[in-house]
Parts: sequence; structure tokens; C-alpha cells
Amino acid sequence: MANIDINHLCRLAQLALNDAEHEAVRGDLERIIAMVDQMQAMNTDHVEPLAHPLDANQRLRRDEVTEVVDRERYQLGAPATQDGLYLVPRVVE
Amino acid sequence: MNEFASIGELARGLRRGDYSSVELVRHYLARIQNNASLNTFISVTEDEALIAAAKADQTLQRGKAGPLTGIPLAHKDIFCTQGIATTCGSRILENWIAPYDATVVARLASAGAVLLGKTNMDEFAMGSSNENSYFGAVLNPWDNSRVPGGSSGGSAAAVAAGLIPIATGTDTGGSIRQPAAFCGVSGIKPTYGRVSRYGMAAFASSLDQAGVIGHDAQDLAVVLSLMSGLDPRDSTSSDHVDSWLESVAESGLQPIDEGLSIGLPGEYFKDLGEGATLLEAAAKELESAGCRLTEISLPHTDAAIPAYYIIAGAEASTNLSRYDGVHFGYRCENPKSLQDLYQRSRSEGFGTEVKRRILTGTYALSVGYFDAYYLKAQKLRRLIQQDFLAAFEQVDLIIAPTTPGVAFHTGDLTGDPVAMYQQDIFTIPASLAGLPALSLPCGFSNGLPIGMQLIGAHFSERQLLETSALYQQRTDWHQHHPEVA
Repeated sequence: MANIDINHLCRLAQLALNDAEHEAVRGDLERIIAMVDQMQAMNTDHVEPLAHPLDANQRLRRDEVTEVVDRERYQLGAPATQDGLYLVPRVVE
Repeated sequence: MNEFASIGELARGLRRGDYSSVELVRHYLARIQNNASLNTFISVTEDEALIAAAKADQTLQRGKAGPLTGIPLAHKDIFCTQGIATTCGSRILENWIAPYDATVVARLASAGAVLLGKTNMDEFAMGSSNENSYFGAVLNPWDNSRVPGGSSGGSAAAVAAGLIPIATGTDTGGSIRQPAAFCGVSGIKPTYGRVSRYGMAAFASSLDQAGVIGHDAQDLAVVLSLMSGLDPRDSTSSDHVDSWLESVAESGLQPIDEGLSIGLPGEYFKDLGEGATLLEAAAKELESAGCRLTEISLPHTDAAIPAYYIIAGAEASTNLSRYDGVHFGYRCENPKSLQDLYQRSRSEGFGTEVKRRILTGTYALSVGYFDAYYLKAQKLRRLIQQDFLAAFEQVDLIIAPTTPGVAFHTGDLTGDPVAMYQQDIFTIPASLAGLPALSLPCGFSNGLPIGMQLIGAHFSERQLLETSALYQQRTDWHQHHPEVA
């Protein structure tokens, strides 16, 4: 099994773990990956991957505007907004 | 008033005028309150429920009532409800109020059902014990030291304890069937695409499916009938037409009268301990009712858990990227930068199991590992589905255990995620194949319920439910109830 780079995964997933969590996650992931690695011994030559359980394609609809713009209501659940904008810490100094 | 009455009985009581919907709602609200220690509900919507019940009573008086008019209902807290908190069992959505109703919520409301509240669940439906809820664990009403199963554990425990006659759930890898089995109630996961996922918070989009938990197959059929069907708002909802399902809420479920061929997969029975005898007795019961039993093989069963935890983890890591501390839900205190805001909001907002699955999925999707994990898992998924399709050339239905054993004790598996994942061994294969499956009570082991799982071909809900009705006509396991306050 490859060495799991927890810091790299946390960066990709936008998670910040403390030291205790970091070690616990490493142990858990090692066991989980060892379990899923049982797959590697199973023969899947010439098997097409199954992405949709009914093998269906995305159903298309008419190209018409159906969405309703109701920004005020949709932003009620946001932690910080002003003038219809989402507020975040300063990005550019 | 019998708190374990089916919704059919309650509907007849309402039409006869034995009680009003307002009285019915007050009765169940009191039961919810008296059994608050089971922790089955995250929110109880008393005021809204009494208003909806009064409206249902007017419909009843005008003689316009449908099969769900005035019937109390609970939704798993993963379905968006306009104006009522939708938490998904997570701190990150603790105070989030959806701006719209899920299609399931809207359809059942327009059928006249009265929403009493939102049920507790494993955070974002990730779990098999309901111990992963930010709002605390749910207790199994049969034995409070045991788990109710998960992730729809609040719904299953609430129905089992007679706190609500019917509740919705969602099932990604067994989250309706496993808690139904652990709590001694009936639960159906329909064919993938049968029920709209619009407004149902996404965990693993190629697997998630909404369903129902109730006292018997008749009740499942009524509610499924009224909540299913094509929804233009969900591009994965199926356009499969099923006139039987559309009309069964009105016409009623009949026990199946043709002798079906039923398969028993050897792989599911080989290490089964206490449940094997009960399942064999259940199969014999159906045999004596005219069904034929055949041994079958589903040779790729061992691939199911590894493939599932890669696919579900990968899809979860993608779906849960939307919880960013910006658009909705929880935000950390005093973020120092945008990166800090994202990372701390997510780390403080998500629980341990959710982070574990996001990281598993991120690993499987990361550069260099995609083919070895995600693509490999999708190939195994096809082999698992082909096993079922081959079996359904031979038999009409499959009987299998729902779980490896009875409900385990709270805390028993919390330190060992892999052991916890093994609990889903019998429910995951049907999920990966997109098949309909349901769990029915089929007996007790040391006073704890055991579930029998019926798995059918795609869109064979009629056979599943009618066979269940036949079984429940001949047995009374579904009429055993725990002693609660």
C-alpha cells in the first residue's frame, strides 16, 4: 500500500486537522485503504465501468429558462452577505 | 387510540370520525414528547402540524380525503423543508433553513399528510448506527443500550416506538433497510430513480434513493405511490411508467397470488449465525404459500464493500465540497484568510466519520490513484450488477438477510470504521446495482428483531410489496412492538 500523505489530502479536501485527529485519521485511512485494496485481486479485465445504476444517460430538457432568481431568499441561509454579495475575508491586499 | 395502528387503520378512523386529524396529531406529539429520551427527532413542528391538521379536517369534512389526508408523518432531516430547519444531522447545517421543499416533501404535503417533525440521522447519512449525529445518538426502542441502525435510525426508531405511523428515509448503502431490521419495522428502498432526489441533500448521487419506513407493506405502498414518479427537477429521476404504483394508494395492496420463484444466494447465508434459522423459516412460509425456492449464487458479493466505500466516498467528497462556510451553514469564528475560513469551517462543522469519508474519497480521486480505485470500483460495480441480472433470469425475487445479526450495543464498533462498514455487507450489493429492496421483520433473537430482505429486479416494486403483503398476511412479526412510555 502506498504511503498516505494526509497533509496533501487535507489540502485537496480543504480540511484542517489537529495533531490528534491527524494521527487518528492516518490509522483509519490505512485500515480503510487496506480493506478496499481487496479489489486489486479481483479480475476486471474487459469490464466496462458502471457509472449509473441503470446505465442511463442524462435526460435532456428543452433549453428554456426554468430557474427563478430569488437571491434574497437564497442568501438567508448564508453566514454573511451584504448588498447581495457573499462576504469573505480580504483576498487581495 | 392504538399508537401502532397502520395508516390504513388511521385513515379509516378519520373518515369514520372516530377522531379528528388534530386529535391524532396531538396524540402523536404527546408520544414524541414522552419518549424524547429516544432522541428520534431533531425538530418537532408542533405549530405547523396543528395548522395542517386543521386544514386536513376540513378536507375530511368535505368528503375529499385521500389515503394520506390528515395522517401524521415525519421526514428524515435530509429532506429540505421550506421554513423548517434541515440539518442533515450536522453542525455545519445546524441553523440552516431550506428556501424550498424537496419534491418528496411537496408531494406528500399535497397528498394531505401532516408533518410532525424531522428525524435524527447519522451526519449526512454516513453511518450504520446513528451514533454519528451532531444531535446525539438515537436509542433502539427494543433495548436502549443498543443502536437503532443507520442512517435513517431516527425514522425507524420513531415508527417502532409508535411515535409516528410512517416516516421517510434515504438509502445509499442500506440506510433504510438496516435500521428497519434493527427496529423491527418495514422499510423499502425503491429502484434508483424511482423517487426524485430534488431537495434531498446529496451524499452519493449515483446511489442515494428516498424510501419509506412503516409498520407494514400496505403502508409502504401507499406512501411510495404518492411520493414517486418522474420529476423534471431531478435529471436522474426515471421516466419509467408504472400505472400499478400510481394507483395502489387508492386501490390498496393485494397479496401476490401467483407462485413466484425465489432465490436464496449462498454467499449471503454462509456465515449467518442466529438469523439463518429465522430466514429459512420465512422462506419456508412463502414456499408453503406457493412460492418455489431455488439456491442461487451472486459470486461478486465480496467486492461490494470495497467498491461501495470507494464510490460513495468519492461522490461524497465531491458533493460535500459545497459546504464552504460561505454559501450556507456554519462559519468558523474570526477567519484569518479565505483558506482559513474554508478549512476551519469544514473541520469544525463536519464530524469524524464525514471527514473520514471525504478523505477516503479524495484519496481515491487523487492523481495517480483514480484508475486503481475509482475506475476499478466502477468495474466491480458492473460485475455485481451482472450477478443480479443473471440471477433474475432464473428467479423472480431474492430473499437475503438484511443484517449480519441483531442490533449491536452503542459504542461497540465506534473505534473501528472497517468493522462498522462490514455491517452493510447484505444491503450494499442491491444499492450498487440500483435494485429495489425492502426489509421486513421475520422474527426475534433474544428479544431483538431480525429482518428479512427481499431484493427484486429494476422497477419490480409491485412484486416486492405484494410478496411482502402475502408474508405479512401469514405471519404477525410486524405486529410485535417494544414497550415504550
